[in-house]
Amino acid sequence: MLKVTGLEKTFNEGTVNEVRALQGVSFALEEGGFVCVLGTNGSGKSTLLNAVAGSFPVDQGSIVLDGVDITKWPEHKRARSIGRVFQNPLSGTAPHMTIGENLSLALKRGKSRGLGQGISATQKEEFVRMVRPLNMDLEERLDNPIGKLSGGQRQALTLLMASALKPKLLLLDEHTAALDPKTAAKVTEITQMIVNRDRLTTLMVTHSMQQAVHMGDRILMMHNGRLAYDFRGKTKKRLKVSDLLALFDELRRKDAIDVSVATLLTNNYV
Amino acid sequence: MSILITSMIIGLILSLLALGVFISFRVFDFPDITVEGSFTLGAALAATLIVGGMNPLLAGMLAFLAGMTAGVLTGFIHTRFRINPLLSGILVMTALYSVNLHVMGKSNLPMPGSVTIFSWLGNVSATLFGESGKVVLLGWSVDARDMLILVVCLLAVSLVCVVLRWFFRTNLGTAMRATGDNAQMIRALGVNTKGMIVFGIALANGFVALSGAMLAQFQGFADVQMGIGMMVWGLASVIIGQAVVGESSVGVVIFGAVLGSVLFRLLVAIALRLGMNPNDLKIITAVFVFIALILPVFMKRRKGFFKRKEYA
Repeated sequence: MLKVTGLEKTFNEGTVNEVRALQGVSFALEEGGFVCVLGTNGSGKSTLLNAVAGSFPVDQGSIVLDGVDITKWPEHKRARSIGRVFQNPLSGTAPHMTIGENLSLALKRGKSRGLGQGISATQKEEFVRMVRPLNMDLEERLDNPIGKLSGGQRQALTLLMASALKPKLLLLDEHTAALDPKTAAKVTEITQMIVNRDRLTTLMVTHSMQQAVHMGDRILMMHNGRLAYDFRGKTKKRLKVSDLLALFDELRRKDAIDVSVATLLTNNYV
Repeated sequence: MSILITSMIIGLILSLLALGVFISFRVFDFPDITVEGSFTLGAALAATLIVGGMNPLLAGMLAFLAGMTAGVLTGFIHTRFRINPLLSGILVMTALYSVNLHVMGKSNLPMPGSVTIFSWLGNVSATLFGESGKVVLLGWSVDARDMLILVVCLLAVSLVCVVLRWFFRTNLGTAMRATGDNAQMIRALGVNTKGMIVFGIALANGFVALSGAMLAQFQGFADVQMGIGMMVWGLASVIIGQAVVGESSVGVVIFGAVLGSVLFRLLVAIALRLGMNPNDLKIITAVFVFIALILPVFMKRRKGFFKRKEYA
């Protein structure tokens, strides 16, 4: 479904703040697959997700979605087939517009937005049907501005909106990281429910190893802008949090070797 | 009484300006100063065309289109070249000053004896109520012509409000509002926000130019300076309207902008009547808008002592 080849992205090129966020990332994602992307801070996992979503142009490489090369497409054009949930629960909804209006916007994703009325009576019933599985008593509040809801409620609605038209790809960017543990668990549960129900191809960035172990059928581990490990199938199922911790430790030690070897070589030969 | 009616008419004419400022400033959060140029553009173009013998309604429509063109320019400069909204507006506004002089051929264009919308209404009034006819309103005897103009303006502006309310509730209009409210979100839902901004700013300036065209016809001349301070004027109207109707549905907020424009014009008329120096008008408007802008922040800070409210 998604095929990423040799993706490279460098921020602030040629300055002291140069960051080589992606250094040749390649992977393929089959239809219906649910991949968790793990990584330390600054490993490039969010950059990878944003590159796929089209938040910025990439320097090298290609992104192919369902056989179509979307590398050069602007963000809004990609959004026709990509649903997105952001880390910040406030980012995914328009605060001064009602729940109903927000949902109606989502139901028009990638379609032409003409002069038809945004909310009709039949649509209202559809909204009710959409929000009921959330069990958040939002059915009665469709005419309230979304800004009055809690972060968890807004994130749950963003999930609904992102998945409303069964996108070819669902991107989740640490979407539970900014929530309190209880709400995060609830949103995780909703995520699982929606992804299973609609069999969505999903790419989820997370920094919670717990989440990565329990969700999805594959784990990509990123380090320094590269894919360090790729676990799938039975290997992924057998993985425990302690295994992942050990792997991170190993990566850290490898980094340390780089530095110490450089020092050693410098002392001996320069 | 006659001065009140005249003020209300001007308030209604300028409510089109207020609606334009409402679209750019409130819907898109885009401080669009193009308004000062496009207001004059509408007035200059309409006056020139009408003096040349054109149908005033057609001239008004052309003024609307000219204003939209100015808005497209500002929107395009901002979205395509990533120039700050205010600066984009300043560039177009400055350029429009020359354009307006070229359109009129001089800095002030009177239109004596030309056929305007208001001279039409004068004729209608003369046939219905006789020359300088009077009608009785709440015990006052008022000029029939003024009264007719007021009623027609009221109907026309109401129609504009209804259409705008309808528009902002369509799928397209909802997407436009979302662009101003959370651009990242609506982009992720497949909307070209740049296109939305260009369209919205164009629409806003169309209304502003139409307002200018109507004012020129009402006062019987166009002047190259008449746009100065109009953005703040429009802002003041929008802010007053919002203070009166509060944060509410689109329809109510649109109505509020019109109400604010009329109220503000009345306030100014009363202040001038009470002996305010007309030269002080702009500074008082500016101070008024300043206070209106900081007041909500100040109030929120006060409220914060009692209750912390998260609403982003």
